[in-house]
Amino acid sequence: MIDQLTDFVSWFFVTGDPLIYGADVAIALTMAAIVFVLTYFRKWGWLWREWLTTVDHKRVGIMYIIAALLMLFRGGVDALMMRTQLAFPDMKFLSPEHYNEVFTTHGVIMILFMAMPLMFGLFNIAVPLQLGARDVAFPFLNSLSFWLFFFGAMLFNTSFVIGGSANAGWLSYPPLSELTGSPGVGEDFYIWGVQISGIGSLMTGINFIVTIVKMRAPGMTWSRVPIFTWSVLSSCIAIIVAFPVLTVTLALLFLDRFLGAHFFTMDGGGNAMMYVNLIWMWGHPEVYIVVLPAFGIFSEVVAAFSRKRLFGYGSMVFAMMSISLMAYFTWLHHFFTMGSGANVNLFFAISTMIIAIPTGVKIFNWLFTMFRGRISFKTPMLWTIAFIPCFVVGGMTGVMLSVAPADFQFHNSYFLIAHFHQVLIGGVAFGYFAGLYYWWPKMFGFKLNETIGKWAFWIWNIGFYVCFMPQYIVGLDGMTRRINSYGWDTGWWALNFTSTIGGFLMGIGFLFQVWQIAHSIKFMEKDTTGDPWGARTLEWSIPSPAPLYNFATTPLVTDRDDWWEEKERIAAGKMPKAKPELEPIHMPKNSPIPFIQSVCWFTVGFGLVFHWLWMAIPGFIGIALTMLAHSFNYDTDYYIPVDEIKRTEARAGRVV
Amino acid sequence: MAHAHNHTFAHEGGHDGHHDLEELRKFGFWIFLITDCILFATLFATYLVLHESTAGGPDAKEIFEMPGVIVETFILLTSSFTSGLAVLAMNAGSRNGLLGWLVVTILLGAAFIGMEVTEFAKLIHEGHTIQTSAFLSGFFTLVGTHGLHVSLGICWITAIIIQLTRHGITPVTRRKVHITSLYWHFLDAVWIFVFTFVYLMGVM
Repeated sequence: MIDQLTDFVSWFFVTGDPLIYGADVAIALTMAAIVFVLTYFRKWGWLWREWLTTVDHKRVGIMYIIAALLMLFRGGVDALMMRTQLAFPDMKFLSPEHYNEVFTTHGVIMILFMAMPLMFGLFNIAVPLQLGARDVAFPFLNSLSFWLFFFGAMLFNTSFVIGGSANAGWLSYPPLSELTGSPGVGEDFYIWGVQISGIGSLMTGINFIVTIVKMRAPGMTWSRVPIFTWSVLSSCIAIIVAFPVLTVTLALLFLDRFLGAHFFTMDGGGNAMMYVNLIWMWGHPEVYIVVLPAFGIFSEVVAAFSRKRLFGYGSMVFAMMSISLMAYFTWLHHFFTMGSGANVNLFFAISTMIIAIPTGVKIFNWLFTMFRGRISFKTPMLWTIAFIPCFVVGGMTGVMLSVAPADFQFHNSYFLIAHFHQVLIGGVAFGYFAGLYYWWPKMFGFKLNETIGKWAFWIWNIGFYVCFMPQYIVGLDGMTRRINSYGWDTGWWALNFTSTIGGFLMGIGFLFQVWQIAHSIKFMEKDTTGDPWGARTLEWSIPSPAPLYNFATTPLVTDRDDWWEEKERIAAGKMPKAKPELEPIHMPKNSPIPFIQSVCWFTVGFGLVFHWLWMAIPGFIGIALTMLAHSFNYDTDYYIPVDEIKRTEARAGRVV
Repeated sequence: MAHAHNHTFAHEGGHDGHHDLEELRKFGFWIFLITDCILFATLFATYLVLHESTAGGPDAKEIFEMPGVIVETFILLTSSFTSGLAVLAMNAGSRNGLLGWLVVTILLGAAFIGMEVTEFAKLIHEGHTIQTSAFLSGFFTLVGTHGLHVSLGICWITAIIIQLTRHGITPVTRRKVHITSLYWHFLDAVWIFVFTFVYLMGVM
């Protein structure tokens, strides 16, 4: 009996690695601390009522951002572990098996559980406010999307200490990800973690398309929609087309592993290259899904901090929409070596080169916006300026990779690693940092400390170049991705060592950002204006942080950059726009269903990972019951009375 | 009810978000249908890639029995027609007509599912399972996903029948009926592709 139990425990929990034991202790201590603090300060009720059941898009956004920053930490630790292993030849820091798990989880976490939620957080914070709307189109669904992402991410992270992590790379190619290649549960954790959060992403895509198309303030014609909102629309269009493909791909892989189907197996007539095609039909648009909103942020920031209207608004919109369309005709450039023939490779090489054109157009637009502007070098603007050269270099190495014959040489080398980190860090991470700094006051009512922010900025940037420039060279010198060790005779040591230093510098940059947030919470200076940057769009016309109902009265839009034009009119001595009378505001009620249903999804995922139907089936029943409970609930909204709106506005220093 | 509290300003703008909630949800459902289309398109693509990969097992000609499939197809097409009649009854204000046609629709849907389950059971009994070959993996997954959608639709319409008996025809239940009807027609359209690409092309 005891023997059986010990056998089970040593199989169920990940054992045998001191790093994992350390992590076990850290996780246990953190959990205990959280439970203690919540109990001691009697905050469980508050947490449940104000956060876990909230349908307020601003709070959902904040939760997305907190989760994303935690995941940035975990993905970053993975990165530093890899760089430590590669710092010297013949290092014995990580075993080859552990190294495989670390590069897999690093990729999955950074793209799916860091970039995506950070992006959704910023969508939630900014889009309804930029539109002059009270909420997103489907607040309940929005909360459900968040919790599905959260529990999907938690399921994936559980594999770290329970059962063992996936180790077949971030896209889990068969045959490595088939039962023959990965007999453990790691791949199943991957499948269900990504699947559950992917369903959440798909629903967010639908939600924001409807919000943007249907909920713009009166007068906000398409040519007056703020550019970030346009970028969100283009990103969401890509989401609704790409994510169903991911759903199917993961489901088919699961059927292979769970029921012994033969979609991608080496026997039974399966076709592993079909998986590679399918996953990149999602994976390539995914790259644009995360970078397009960053382009939107840069456009907002560059206009606000240059005190000029964005140059080439129309061409910017056209460029983003055409990128979201063209993203579907480039997937095959990830495997020119498939053997699909010269003509197919030619098509995808040319489509990949063409997609650089709209991006180039945008770079010129940003530069011309700065030209003769009165630039103020605040942190959001610094990240934007640093992005431009970084993205130009990253884009050009991308064009080098798109040359099919040359790609046979670069394929799967560190040159590729350097390229995609340059566009994903330089484009996406820098963009979201700029957005986070830019909208921080709107979220929390105070600005982040500029001095520490500038330190973080410089350390990050220097660290970035020190880390990735050597990787281009070592890649051309023949070092391939995913190797966990190399010999002294290769001559790669100096470049790898330099790269590791750069990696740790970026880690220090991240610590400065954590310090910046902690310091600012303690010594913050409250933003009483609601418009601390002197910015241009509607979200800055209301108090910071935004009240529950966003706008006391629905704004009437008459211009692009409506808030800026209003300030100009007032400065010129004209009357501000007349505001309509206050009226009761219709709001959605909080709901526990999204949280409960997502717990059920987690149960289903966990049960299927371990082939425990006794656990998965009740989970499915729970999902069905919560759906029915929501369908039968007709009491979903309420009204905020005029008196309460008046009191809230008065507290924020506004007279209505 | 949201409509009762409406105010002129929101009406003029038409963008305030809450007063046209029912319209908003219908639009959202159309976009969901686009994503579902892409989901099925992907499954069709995998089926077409794999449909000749029989790995020594049976091919389509050997296992498909067309008479049953043709009956199934007529049943599903009829159920789409009756779900249309349900909406017409609703528009005419007849709650009993609406309920009656919805019940007929789910009975036809259940008959369709029954026949499909029988077909699957027969195949599995003869030893042709999802594990036999890539062709059968693709077949069971594509047709099974459609069947799962129809089963979900049956549960969904049942839930709405219960709500209709409680609340009658209101703007909310009206929207729900419209959406399920849209969903039902969509599944019908997908089935026409299944019938053509899987069964007809399989036996020809």
